Amino acid sequence: MSETAQSPIASDERIKEMSGFRKALIRPELGGICGTIIVFVFFLLTAFDSGMFNPQGIMNWSVVSAQFMIIAVGACLLMIAGEFDLSVGSMIGFAGMMIAIFSVTLDWPVWLAIITTFIICISIGALNGFIVIRTGLPSFIVTLAFLFILRGFTIYLPQTIERKTIIGGIADVAQGDWLAPIFGGTILKGFFQWLGDNGLIETFERGTRAGQPVVDGIPMLIVWALLLVVFGHILLTRTKFGNWIFAAGGDAQAARYVGVPVNRVKILMFMFTAFCACVFATAQVMEFGSAGADRGLLKEFEAIIAVVIGGALLTGGYGSVIGAALGALIFGVVQQGLFFAGVESSLFRVFLGVLLLLAVILNTYIRRMITGER
Amino acid sequence: MTSTHAPIIEMRDIEKHFGSVIALAGVSLDIYPGECHCLLGDNGAGKSTFIKTMSGVHKPTKGEIRFEGQPMHFEDPRDAISAGIATVYQDLAMIPLMSVSRNFFMGNEPVKRRLGLSFFDHDHANSVTMSEMRKMGINLRGPDQAVGTLSGGERQTVAIARAVHFGAKVLILDEPTSALGVRQTANVLATIDKVRKADIAVVFITHNVRHALAVGDRFTVLNRGKTLGTAQRGQITPDELQDMMAGGQELVELEGSLGGTV
Repeated sequence: MSETAQSPIASDERIKEMSGFRKALIRPELGGICGTIIVFVFFLLTAFDSGMFNPQGIMNWSVVSAQFMIIAVGACLLMIAGEFDLSVGSMIGFAGMMIAIFSVTLDWPVWLAIITTFIICISIGALNGFIVIRTGLPSFIVTLAFLFILRGFTIYLPQTIERKTIIGGIADVAQGDWLAPIFGGTILKGFFQWLGDNGLIETFERGTRAGQPVVDGIPMLIVWALLLVVFGHILLTRTKFGNWIFAAGGDAQAARYVGVPVNRVKILMFMFTAFCACVFATAQVMEFGSAGADRGLLKEFEAIIAVVIGGALLTGGYGSVIGAALGALIFGVVQQGLFFAGVESSLFRVFLGVLLLLAVILNTYIRRMITGER
Repeated sequence: MTSTHAPIIEMRDIEKHFGSVIALAGVSLDIYPGECHCLLGDNGAGKSTFIKTMSGVHKPTKGEIRFEGQPMHFEDPRDAISAGIATVYQDLAMIPLMSVSRNFFMGNEPVKRRLGLSFFDHDHANSVTMSEMRKMGINLRGPDQAVGTLSGGERQTVAIARAVHFGAKVLILDEPTSALGVRQTANVLATIDKVRKADIAVVFITHNVRHALAVGDRFTVLNRGKTLGTAQRGQITPDELQDMMAGGQELVELEGSLGGTV
């Protein structure tokens, strides 16, 4: 087709030309990007001298943000596929407790305890998905039931077996295990030692750790978070399966009519969410050396808030993993930043609520511009 | 369009019962390549049930479906799609939140391999989408434009172009014009005409006689689960069609009181 043949339809007087800058700006992550900038500017101004931006401070909020990111990636993909999982928090508590019971009470090798726990949790995720697909009930209700079921077991099992609700001693049994450091270890220790030796970061001056850098490496938790974000982002935007995730959440029936295996996509996303919860739980158990029955409380909502701040639509079919990761970063920075800034910690919730509201209003506006919703 | 060549689909005495309800009571129909076959009927006449048996959603209780001369038993819509029978539903054609190119290739994503992994080939998808849309006379701002920003007529056109691109031999359109304005309807009808000229059989379901007469080659009227017969273009007047659809005399009375505006 030649240029002249196209010219009658080449322009529509009702379509406004968009500048490149505006086009680059109008993206699902915009709310998350703005929020991140605002939050960092705010804390750079109010808490710069408090140690929030020295190596220890950075590590502090990075670890907290990484925790949020791990569960936000799962929640994000599931939400885009059109479903919720409210059992994430209970799953975290349950998975941690399973690892503790298997490794400490039953004396299994830690690697076996971890792998078995992953299998159990991913199966529960699949069960969640299967029930949602088979009954056609809202996932909100089905996973709410599992929120209680799993939390109940998490309290009941250690009380019955060990007569307490916290099981410790995992650090001891994890010594020398090959799988445990993949969740609880740190990497780049040599690099940080080198930085310390060359005076690029501070080192301890006294005590048993004298000479060691204040930050001894990158915790595996952060590595997991970054890997999951990259994996989730590529899966969603660059693969065939990613297109199916959008389609399943956007309009399941329309997707089925063109041959998208919607049920399989949704069940797999429930399983992936359970996997993320399990990664979180394992890293937490390895870090603390114990499992508690109250671990992971309210985490499902924190994950959903991070995802929504990141621009995802609660009803599915729209969202971004990068946005969700930024939402998690905002979350972690605010939670730890208020502590550094010396603000009463209960104000965290106020701040969070306001942030959620502002982000959602901005995101709704952006999304309408992109998708032409009215 | 006469039967100088073999029909692509023959539906013989199709019956469909839902429990005690007889939705179709023996409907027969032939569809030829390159014709636009209009299926008319009032609400509840069985049009939707009939096309759903053709597209594999429902299995007929009785009767035979022959596709390109062979008896066919579609287990689900995917069988029909892979045989070359594509259906465009009125409001379930597209996902508004997704981009045009993501919608276009939904379920048929092109992939390229990198480092042993397969990735969605966006460059290919985008260029094909843009050129197919240009052929249909739709000017996109870009392939990443969301379908939600298109008009209803444009969405139908994208869905039709998608079905044609993926090798449909029979295109079933379920009331594509019923929710559209005048200009958009004209665009969709023009699209149907283009598709027919590519030797694809079009089954056009509508209850608007004027839309049917604008593009139809043959007209079949369904009423209460039965065919009232098939007419060739030029053998039937709009009034006759209208009467057949509504079951005759009641409409005559109504028409009298409405001054012939229906």
